[in-house]
Amino acid sequence: MDDWPMIEVSHLTKRYAGHTAVQDLSFAIGRGEIVGFLGPNGAGKSTTMRILSCFMPATSGTARVAGFDVFRESEEVRRRIGYMPENNPLHLDMRVREYLKFRARLKGLSIGRSRERVGVVQEQCGLTDVSRKIIGHLSKGFRQRVGLADALVHEPDLIILDEPTIGLDPNQIRAVRQLIKSLGGRHTVLISTHILPEVEMTCSRVLILHEGRIRASDSPENLQKRMSSEGQVLTEIAAPENELRACWETLAEVEHFNVAPVDGDYFRCALTPQAGVDLRPRVFAIARERGWLLRELTISRHSLEDIFVHLTRPEKEEELF
Amino acid sequence: MRVFLTLVRRELGGYFASLTGYLIIALVALMLGLSFTVMLEGMTREPSMIPLTELFFSTPYFWLIVLFAAPAITMRSFALERFAGTYETLMTTPVGDWQVVLAKFTGAFFFYLILWLPLAACLLVVQRYSRDAVPTDPGLLAATLLGLLLLGAVFLSLGCFASSLTRSQIVAAMLSFAVGISLFLLSFLSFIIPPQATWQTALWDQISMINHMQEFARGTVDTRYVAFDLSLTMLFLFLTWRVVESRRWK
Repeated sequence: MDDWPMIEVSHLTKRYAGHTAVQDLSFAIGRGEIVGFLGPNGAGKSTTMRILSCFMPATSGTARVAGFDVFRESEEVRRRIGYMPENNPLHLDMRVREYLKFRARLKGLSIGRSRERVGVVQEQCGLTDVSRKIIGHLSKGFRQRVGLADALVHEPDLIILDEPTIGLDPNQIRAVRQLIKSLGGRHTVLISTHILPEVEMTCSRVLILHEGRIRASDSPENLQKRMSSEGQVLTEIAAPENELRACWETLAEVEHFNVAPVDGDYFRCALTPQAGVDLRPRVFAIARERGWLLRELTISRHSLEDIFVHLTRPEKEEELF
Repeated sequence: MRVFLTLVRRELGGYFASLTGYLIIALVALMLGLSFTVMLEGMTREPSMIPLTELFFSTPYFWLIVLFAAPAITMRSFALERFAGTYETLMTTPVGDWQVVLAKFTGAFFFYLILWLPLAACLLVVQRYSRDAVPTDPGLLAATLLGLLLLGAVFLSLGCFASSLTRSQIVAAMLSFAVGISLFLLSFLSFIIPPQATWQTALWDQISMINHMQEFARGTVDTRYVAFDLSLTMLFLFLTWRVVESRRWK
């Protein structure tokens, strides 16, 4: 079944009593991709992940993992996925090694193979030192790693992680991201999050979900490009204010501008160019010509956060795309 | 089978990793000791022709143990996993629903067996200090043990079913206790309703748990009782399986 995409979802709908969590969702994810599922709380991320991991059925539509239907060939699908649910539930009364072995055995690994794999994932997730500790006594960061190790232990084709870095400190988040990044290529990874830098750093593709529908699906860079076509130029220059204002006013490429004092002789200018124009070389040439001191010159890119807010704002969301 | 054994081991391990497990063992041991002492005291006052096992199982302590211990043992089986969220990680592994149900039941059943171990010590005491070998006839003991197991299976499967219905261990325990005690109280119908040769009387006789245990403790293995207990157990396990499986069509 190698010619199938890793995940193929078509017209997936999930209705709970009274509301629709996921509506007519369709997307495909290829092998080896790291895809970020982005959306505000209640957008349908966890629901979609639960359907993909065979925990609950969809109301209508189909979902396939590696070519197997999640409902009718559920056991085949479950063999191929490593799933870490939201909040990372663990058996707190077990020791790390004991738990991972238990999970490996549940996932059908032989005694010898599970021992070997548990050793490998403990190493991979930095758990070797706490291997004999009781999970309930571990810090949140370590517990999260135990959850990750569990998802990896049977070498699944597809790894589904629901908010893997929630509640971690910055160092731990960095470590988890590194780990996720290292999984790409050999495994397909689907992570859900509402932490945007996470997606920017780890994912090759973003699916933005809002109110149960897909709003955008592209690489983080492309999404940014689409948004920042009207990129504003920010610059800090030491010059008399009236000269600055006069200069921007006479410059044809500048649509509008804003000048504000910063400190000392410096003024911060925000220049909005005409569509498609990069103002930066021009600004630099002017400053050199007139002998102004220039200490900052940058084009403001829209962060993924802007895109996210833009796409998932309740009103006028279809404006851009 | 491999997966099933792994699950059973985990279930049993879970009982010993929590304080509840030890608490149940301690309480049951206390009750067993009490009922044993009460029985011995009675026997020193006046000799009895009734077999020792029957004497023992007609003390109220025995029923207290079965009625209270079964809900306490099984309340965690599904409810705790649901509450902790580990139910989701369990059900997304390639494990069959029926495997989970049977493993939970088997784990609880083994734990229930462990509860009765102090009884072996009581037997040894009797054997050591009584002058004749009559009280410990192996056939009698085997029948009693069978009765104990069957009755346990009924109440434990009921407990598993109750636990599968809720996320709260307390609710699970109360539910299985309520249904369990109702089942038990049905026994008294055959005492209250005057015996007549009608089918009702026969029915009350057949479903009487007290009658069951008395027969077994006398050394009689009545296949009707065996069939009754086994089918009740299977019914409750089937219902549990349906509940577990219901998330697929809910």
